[in-house]
Amino acid sequence: MNEQLTHMSKQVTAGKLTRREFMGKAAALGVSAAIASNMFAEAARAAGPKKGGDLKFGLQGGESTNSLDPATYASSVPFQNGKQFGDQLVEVAPDGTIEPRLAESVEGSADAKVWTFKLRQGVEFHNGKTMTSDDVLKTMQRHSNEDSKSGALGIMKGIESMKADGDNFQVTLTEPNADLPYLMADYHLIIQPDGGMDNPAAGIGTGPYKLEVDEPGVRHLFTKNENHWNSDFGNFDSVEVVVINDATARTAALQSGQVHAVNRVEPKVADLLGRAPNLTVHSTAGRGHYVFIMHCDTAPFDNNELRTALKYAINRAELVDKVLRGYGSIGNDMPINAAYPLFDETIEQREFSIEKAAEHYKKSGHDGSPIILRVADGAFPGAVDAAALFQQTAAQAGIPLEIKREPNDGYWSEVWNVQPFCASYWGGRPVQDQMYSTAYLSTADWNDTRFKVQAFDDMLFAAKAELDVEKRKSIYSQMGRMVRDEGGLICPMFNDFVEGISNQLDGWESDPTQEMMNGNISRKMWFV
Amino acid sequence: MHPIIKLVSQRLALGLLLLLGASALIFGLTEALPGDAAQAVLGQSATPEALANLREEMGLNRPALTRYFEWLGGIFQGDLGQSLTNKLDISESIGKRLGNTLFLACVAAIVSVPLAIFLGLLAVRYRNRWPDKLISAITLTTVSIPEFLIGYVVIYYISVKLGWFSSLAMVNDSMSFGQKLNAIALPAFVLTLVVLAQMMRMTRAAILNLMQSAYIETAELKGLSTFQVIARHAFPNAISPIVNVVMLNLAYLVVGVVVVEVVFVYPGMGQYLVDAVTKRDVPVVLACGVVFAAVYIGLNMVADIVSILANPRLRHPK
Repeated sequence: MNEQLTHMSKQVTAGKLTRREFMGKAAALGVSAAIASNMFAEAARAAGPKKGGDLKFGLQGGESTNSLDPATYASSVPFQNGKQFGDQLVEVAPDGTIEPRLAESVEGSADAKVWTFKLRQGVEFHNGKTMTSDDVLKTMQRHSNEDSKSGALGIMKGIESMKADGDNFQVTLTEPNADLPYLMADYHLIIQPDGGMDNPAAGIGTGPYKLEVDEPGVRHLFTKNENHWNSDFGNFDSVEVVVINDATARTAALQSGQVHAVNRVEPKVADLLGRAPNLTVHSTAGRGHYVFIMHCDTAPFDNNELRTALKYAINRAELVDKVLRGYGSIGNDMPINAAYPLFDETIEQREFSIEKAAEHYKKSGHDGSPIILRVADGAFPGAVDAAALFQQTAAQAGIPLEIKREPNDGYWSEVWNVQPFCASYWGGRPVQDQMYSTAYLSTADWNDTRFKVQAFDDMLFAAKAELDVEKRKSIYSQMGRMVRDEGGLICPMFNDFVEGISNQLDGWESDPTQEMMNGNISRKMWFV
Repeated sequence: MHPIIKLVSQRLALGLLLLLGASALIFGLTEALPGDAAQAVLGQSATPEALANLREEMGLNRPALTRYFEWLGGIFQGDLGQSLTNKLDISESIGKRLGNTLFLACVAAIVSVPLAIFLGLLAVRYRNRWPDKLISAITLTTVSIPEFLIGYVVIYYISVKLGWFSSLAMVNDSMSFGQKLNAIALPAFVLTLVVLAQMMRMTRAAILNLMQSAYIETAELKGLSTFQVIARHAFPNAISPIVNVVMLNLAYLVVGVVVVEVVFVYPGMGQYLVDAVTKRDVPVVLACGVVFAAVYIGLNMVADIVSILANPRLRHPK
């Protein structure tokens, strides 16, 4: 029987036996369906990526107001669309290194101030035009110039000048930054013909799939770009992104085989869904974190004893267990976790302690008036429940928390970064420098904890200019400790990306950068 | 002028005035919501510069009244304008969405209205006996369960377990009429269950009310069968209240089905409006609001006119 099975596996690898035939024959040999299914998957994997088939995504995070203009991307569906039709200069690989895309190589000057991207030659846009360094320059200008409204505007600060020079694109910075290539991997920075200056929302790029149908909030259809510069990318004939904002509808569509991949599986149904025979639930540790943020410059949170008391008063393990149902990991009151390169594992974990919370609360001399915490489920899923749990443990330490529920609608403009104490969510960044520069530098627009410490800023700039990896790691370690002990961030948990993928697909790899394999499912996976 | 024509034209003029009022109200309320389109689009990633640039580009810096009258001017030229957020032409987007919404509403209405009236007549025929009680029990149950729950139950059994119909009611231009019908089978079924009860109960109540009349007794004494009496003699006199409730339910099928749209991922007007409100996309909100208001006003007008036509006293005033 074994010989027979080996022979059949070889036939699968050679592409001579379909899944149905294999399963049928295996059943005839008395092999259980589960084992046969595994054997088939293994044999098919040995054959390597197969081309063909129509991939369908069912995604949360699309609205009828979405545009294809990469500068406007702020949710899952536009992000996924951009990954279909576009390429950045570079991409962050699953292991955290920089992978070349439209740039063949990147080189920094010794002082990390001048960065040169050598561009790939002969790359064609979907409109037939060949990509030049001028297109790259104009793209970057559109995202960084004065009248830009790009989501990448924040990270494009600090660029002194840019120039297109033959096959090269060169960036000169005002301050050194050893992590500049990571900034250029941002998903907004899709290279467009003429930089998208004339028609930013045309959906024309260099990506492995070409836009066919654009119905915002409904579906987006792409077909294979036969002229893509890398024939290894993109194994499907077509990719359809279907907007399914309702969680139950999404899982039902995956279960009944109408879509092949869904994002944002709710933690409370993930275990049950994982038992379905035709799909796999993948949980990927990422850099996103669910937080409560205090403004360090506003009373009563300008008192570090009170901040510390609140940090001790939250039961992290309970939150991971009840809010994330185990699909996540506990946080340590800093925005960095082990998913980041150069993370210092030796930083001590802050434990839940009623005694210490009470002790620091006493020292703070707070007058006992209720401390108002503003929350909405739009801040992060389960935020209201998390706040209620926080309120109970804080009450044990004698800290009077009062929860004020806010509407989801307008939360990010009216509450977050406005009110002194509220729930929030951070998606994380590929490297520590970017995370700290975005939200912890004194002058950062999104310094949502109003953490303004000169020593911290100095260290951040020192780390940017430091090319010695060990030294940088030690600077980041000090910075992490500083935020943890003095900052306004209460970070109880890092959430996993929980996604459902049909077993018809193969080639999954965990990628902590963004959800859905950092948007690379349609490039890297294939139908078995 | 014939009194009916006069009445219709009066109603039409009043309807237009109402629409104008509705648009002003919608505009005022959307403006009163905290935040604006620029903030909603940029969300958590808003920086002051980006906000200012986007406001400038969207023209949000101009006074609210100017923007409203510009929009109104466009409407009178048949131009609904452009979406603030994705710059797409609103007439085009709304046309597709409205077409989908009307298609679903029509299919649900074609099934549910005759069915509800027939069940109502049946319930009167067998009043207080088991068919009457069964019909009432079933329709009252389905109207009492929230529609999203009915939707989920239907998806679970019919789509996931049995695999008969798709749980995604996605329709697009490349589909044939039959494929579209197949795609919307489940949402149409759920909507039918939701609207059945009210129309059926009203039919039953209106006719029962008339069954006490002397002329019904006469008809019975003539030897007509009970069903003939109900259908030929009672029903025509009960049309007015029935049409009113039917029109209300039709209006609901057009403007109130956003939950069903979300559950079945149906690209109708409801989701479009909700997205536009969350993003403060005022021109789209106005356009959707006006379309919805027009549907309501129009259907109510039809109900009134039908009531009048059905009543000989109003039809031939002395």
